[in-house]
Amino acid sequence: MSQQNLESLDVGAIREEFPILQREFNGEQLVYLDNAATTQTPDSVVDAMSDYYREFNANVHRGIHHLSQEASVAYEEAHDRVAEFIGASGGREEVIFTKNTTEAENLVAYSWGLNELGPGDEIVLTEMEHHASLVTWQQIGKRTGADVKYIRVTEDGRLDMDHARECITDDTAMLSAVHVSNTLGTVNPVSELVDIAHDHDALAFIDGAQAVPNRPVDVEAIDADFYAFSGHKMSGPTGIGALYGKRDLLEEMQPYLYGGGMIRKVTFEDSTWDDLPWKFEPGTPQIAEAVGLVAAIDWLEEIGMERIQAHEEEIARYAYDRLTAEPDVEVYGPEPGPERGGLVGFNLESVHAHDLASIMNDHAVAIRAGDHCTQPLHDKLGVAASARASFYVYNTKEEVDKLVDAIDDARQLFA
Amino acid sequence: MGLGSDMYRQQILDHYKNPRNYGELEDPTFTHIGENPMCGDEIRMDVVLDDDEETIERVAFKGDGCAISQASASMLSGKLAGKTLEELHEMDRDDVIDMLGVDISPMRVKCAVLAEKVAQDGAEIYQGDLDVDKTTTEDD
Repeated sequence: MSQQNLESLDVGAIREEFPILQREFNGEQLVYLDNAATTQTPDSVVDAMSDYYREFNANVHRGIHHLSQEASVAYEEAHDRVAEFIGASGGREEVIFTKNTTEAENLVAYSWGLNELGPGDEIVLTEMEHHASLVTWQQIGKRTGADVKYIRVTEDGRLDMDHARECITDDTAMLSAVHVSNTLGTVNPVSELVDIAHDHDALAFIDGAQAVPNRPVDVEAIDADFYAFSGHKMSGPTGIGALYGKRDLLEEMQPYLYGGGMIRKVTFEDSTWDDLPWKFEPGTPQIAEAVGLVAAIDWLEEIGMERIQAHEEEIARYAYDRLTAEPDVEVYGPEPGPERGGLVGFNLESVHAHDLASIMNDHAVAIRAGDHCTQPLHDKLGVAASARASFYVYNTKEEVDKLVDAIDDARQLFA
Repeated sequence: MGLGSDMYRQQILDHYKNPRNYGELEDPTFTHIGENPMCGDEIRMDVVLDDDEETIERVAFKGDGCAISQASASMLSGKLAGKTLEELHEMDRDDVIDMLGVDISPMRVKCAVLAEKVAQDGAEIYQGDLDVDKTTTEDD
């Protein structure tokens, strides 16, 4: 990405589309650096959702009237738009809307895992998995008798790929790996991982919750069997996420949630299922959220995913450099560059991460402190909690400076 | 940016940096530990009762964690001496927050009240009214 293109990203204009960023606390303007948890939502997404409620709110599926037709078309086409965005050539049949990434992980775990796994099978995860996949597959392992193995994380916060090749064997049935770590920021070599899994006839699930929001993702180039992400981490609404799955796999899988909207023929004795993706979307779905997600994708693509990635990398590099320049700050994860996403996890020596986050909050700097849903990884790092600053398209280097000022303040308070 | 934190007034920071009654007691009447695993806060409290088996004579604590949890344990350890177990059981979260003397933000209340709950649970176990290994305030 050239410098010239980077400069053409007008962060000032972008920020005007986010009124929430103008909020002040204790007389100081909000510095929102908790984007890995959830991103803010631009006016266009809020408007799209409010237009839906004002103009074509109706239940989907088979409504004869005009409103239901409009809502149905918008909801169905949202699947096509998501498919196009992540490079799923199969269109809507390969995109299932879920509540979030966690539910997508559970959908595959219940629909595929419970039916296909048994003693002697292996599930391979990474030590940097989010609890969304770690807890899900750990519990599915317990219920099916399948073993769960973890690919090691190296000292510098990368996956040990030699260990990956050892872990993934002919007994491996499923590999579930995070695309970008929400704690270390590591961008994992997911294509390589998927290839290793496929060499052993295992399926590969990639958790893209921290990747889809900030970089171009092509699920077919990765060759993932399943890929999942959440709307609220990519300037879209909460309550909607998506599961991509290869069509032949989804066709074979049985639904694990039953009800209306997912059936074809029902008798008192038995039922048959609707086509993809509807057989996995029972009940009234997230219609407004699907409309909002489309608006978010439109908004992101208008800026350009490459430019968003470049901007995030630049802010992350600046934050990394400023934080590593502080002798009493420990920064986790790989060095800046293409193998690191737009978040920086760190700890200030002698100040607990929660105290640090509280002091930052007094200065209207919003960061996250805790285990970030990666408790085993924190055990491995030897800390109970870490602080995390995570960036998005609307963040600036000046905001990173405010973060570092707040660290100075915390250090003085605790000196 | 000034040193203007509401939650980190001098008293809290002083107790955090120079904890009172820190350590272990010889032959405590009862000992109990508490842990908030999501935060990483840990507190162990040793309590010695008077011969009346009702009045708290001495309290010591050891722990690790954020300033709020550790300062709270330090301040509580002094406040409890001379109180009866009944008075200990009557204490609630408002008493702890009054003792700290600062506004505790909602997400940090669990840090503030951990020490109190450890002392109360330890006493209840001693009195035979409770059976837990560890106390946590993350479920509250």
